[in-house]
Amino acid sequence: MDDSGIIISLQHVSKVFDKTFVAVDDVSLDIKRGEFVTLLGPSGCGKTTTLRMIAGFDLPTSGKIFLNGRDITNLPPYERPVNTVFQHYALFPNLDVYDNIAFGLKLKHVPVPQLDKDGNPEKGIDKAAVKRIKKLIRETRNDSHLSEEDREHQLSSLNEELQKALTTEVPLYKMRKLSAKEIDEKVAHALEIVDLEEMEDRDIQNLSGGQQQRVAIARAIVNEPAVLLLDEPLSALDHKMRVDMQLELKNMHKKLGITFIYVTHDQEEALSMSDKVVVMKDGAIQQVGTPENIYNEPTSAYVADFIGESNIFGGTMIGPKQVRFLGANWACVDDFPLNQKVDVVVRPEDVILGEKGKGVVDGRIISSIFKGEDYSYELEVGKNEITCRDHTARLVGSEVSLSVAPENLQIMEKELTSNVYTDAYIDKNGAVVIDGAAFACDIKTLLKGSTIDENGYLVDPKSGKKYDLNDADVIASFDLDAPELSDDLEAGEITGTIVGSVWIGDHYQYIVRTEDEEDFVCNTPYQWNIGDHVSVHVPPEKIALRLKKGLDSYVAE
Amino acid sequence: MSPNEAVAKPKKNSKFRLFFRLKRRYLAIPYAIFLLLFVVLPMLMIFWYAFTDKAGNPSGEAAVAFFTTPSKWSVLLVSLFLGVQTTLICLLLGYPAAYILANKKLNRNGVLVVLFVMPMWINFVIRTGATRDLLDWIGLSGGKYPWAATLIGMVYNYLPFTILPLYTTMLKLDRSQMEAASDLGANPVQVFFKNVLPQTLPGIVSASEMVFMPVMSSYVISDTLSEGKITLFGNSIYLNFTNSQWNSGSFMAVVMLVIIAITMLITRKFDRGDATARRGGGLW
Repeated sequence: MDDSGIIISLQHVSKVFDKTFVAVDDVSLDIKRGEFVTLLGPSGCGKTTTLRMIAGFDLPTSGKIFLNGRDITNLPPYERPVNTVFQHYALFPNLDVYDNIAFGLKLKHVPVPQLDKDGNPEKGIDKAAVKRIKKLIRETRNDSHLSEEDREHQLSSLNEELQKALTTEVPLYKMRKLSAKEIDEKVAHALEIVDLEEMEDRDIQNLSGGQQQRVAIARAIVNEPAVLLLDEPLSALDHKMRVDMQLELKNMHKKLGITFIYVTHDQEEALSMSDKVVVMKDGAIQQVGTPENIYNEPTSAYVADFIGESNIFGGTMIGPKQVRFLGANWACVDDFPLNQKVDVVVRPEDVILGEKGKGVVDGRIISSIFKGEDYSYELEVGKNEITCRDHTARLVGSEVSLSVAPENLQIMEKELTSNVYTDAYIDKNGAVVIDGAAFACDIKTLLKGSTIDENGYLVDPKSGKKYDLNDADVIASFDLDAPELSDDLEAGEITGTIVGSVWIGDHYQYIVRTEDEEDFVCNTPYQWNIGDHVSVHVPPEKIALRLKKGLDSYVAE
Repeated sequence: MSPNEAVAKPKKNSKFRLFFRLKRRYLAIPYAIFLLLFVVLPMLMIFWYAFTDKAGNPSGEAAVAFFTTPSKWSVLLVSLFLGVQTTLICLLLGYPAAYILANKKLNRNGVLVVLFVMPMWINFVIRTGATRDLLDWIGLSGGKYPWAATLIGMVYNYLPFTILPLYTTMLKLDRSQMEAASDLGANPVQVFFKNVLPQTLPGIVSASEMVFMPVMSSYVISDTLSEGKITLFGNSIYLNFTNSQWNSGSFMAVVMLVIIAITMLITRKFDRGDATARRGGGLW
């Protein structure tokens, strides 16, 4: 055991299903002892798979998992000191409440001191330790990745350890099962923690969803695991019960002092319960931080959009700590190179509304919703819309000014500025093939002033050379504004499903994913929903081409 | 639709509805007649013959004769023994087979299920004849090994009936329960005995019912395969009737009925509550 305070450590863990689907992509994460850590992300982001790898239900394709410094990557679930609360509880319907909770205890073996005839503790060499060291020696000897020197070094230190283990006597232990009385006590205590006293004899089927949830928690914590894993445990409960259980779980965490790893797609849940939030997307970690940190300092537009309400605008850096968006110049505290394209995130509650002309920019209120403690306003600024929270009642249609404190403007580098496809090629019709679909394009752009002859060859007017570009590999790219989406699946060159959507000030940014997992990112003012099946059309003049090899390798015979 | 309309509609059609409701009840009549003629009446006749003598007077003659003739009830014991043996072997063979069939990875398109069930599509008298020839050919002829030959024939015939109910329960196996058991410290063997077995119990129960009862009463298989050397309860009843001993034959049929009823009661005990209905494992 090491003293770093880290209980679980994931090191470059990846999981690939069926050799093609990457569920978790090179995730590294350290979790401290006693922490309440939440893995947060939309469905399919890899959070549950990560949890299942910690529990041992799935084995990582690559990477290592350590628990208290010990490599548990390939340990089966029943040998790991972790317990799981399952999404749909997974209680045993053939057992009653008591037997469900006692299930783990009945299988457990605990060490007891071995006594001699006179009742004194017996001593002897630690056979388990000897066995373990011998195994390590064998492994080190056969490890082909080690250099000769390292191997010698490690072997000598292991041999020293072995000698020590063989010569020192330790108190001997033998393993025994828990007695019925001990199990009784532990079950009663667990039932007390989850507030289900006197329910031991009830059948699982006769319990409400909330009660089943509590039994599932009791069944896990009764084993006193080093880490408790919770896989969306509250998703099957109604809203009020969920809020109550959130509080109770938080209290339980404090009382038990066990490390909790909690998986959810509900950002409110994540923010209100955790010490540390891990935001995931497409199998990779986007950001790790405290709830405050994640909310106030999101490092990407994705995190900002996923956590809480936010306004996201595309902006440009126009000077030191000066950013331009919404048609105005704003002071900020982040510095980026001049003319850098950035995303600006503004939380609704950070917008200060004032008298017209007194702020950075003016806007017009187009809608107002009373939220109890304050109002939520929808404002129109030029062609952009922005959501604000304000305590003052204001009329729809009135003109107000907006300002934001510099430290409340979150500025981050723009993630994507164009779509680039590096494995495109030209087909025999002079169209560019991206992901199996042919897009009309202008191959004349590859050579200035060139023409195309009747055979489809590119002709250089100066030298008269002809180039046969059939099958030529190219890199195709186009702006995010270029693709046009349509629900007429015949209207575009390729079809796909919308898998991501972010509102950026005056337009949406969608990710359209094709069947073969190619992504088209596009900006459009029109609204689509995630899951919509759409066709993508890219106007020929907007596609830029670049040959991978020089033009000379395509000279026609 | 406005609420008024909704109320008005049934009224308008009430006559039609009444007619239709009556008519729906009439649809059951053909089957009721069938039931009366071919189930209730024969049952009454069996009971009548079982407790009367040849002249038609009430008598316990058949019962006394059955219990005092060792050759008669020893047939019953042999049948019970064969029934239990066949059921156990079928379960031992069928359980792993059903597990493999229900595994999506090993049985992607369900072709294997068809392969296992296909023998049922062949007429079973022909199938049994073929089994006899095959056993002869490999040297397990009924003349030399009547018990083994009969057992093999029975298992072969009833294995599909074991696999099907087991297969349906295993399709519904809750994997998260198995994971939970493993998570709580159960090794694979313990997961099997503490979770998989209880989960599949309804399937085991209905599989046992589907094998044990027909084996008890079948006679074609044992007759053909043991070359007449093994007489089962079914054979015995059949022989009684062909020898015009209707009273003792009927009494044996009643004994059979009682045994089946007892088996059903025992198996129902095993699957507590509505487990069978819930899991859809019961084919009875």
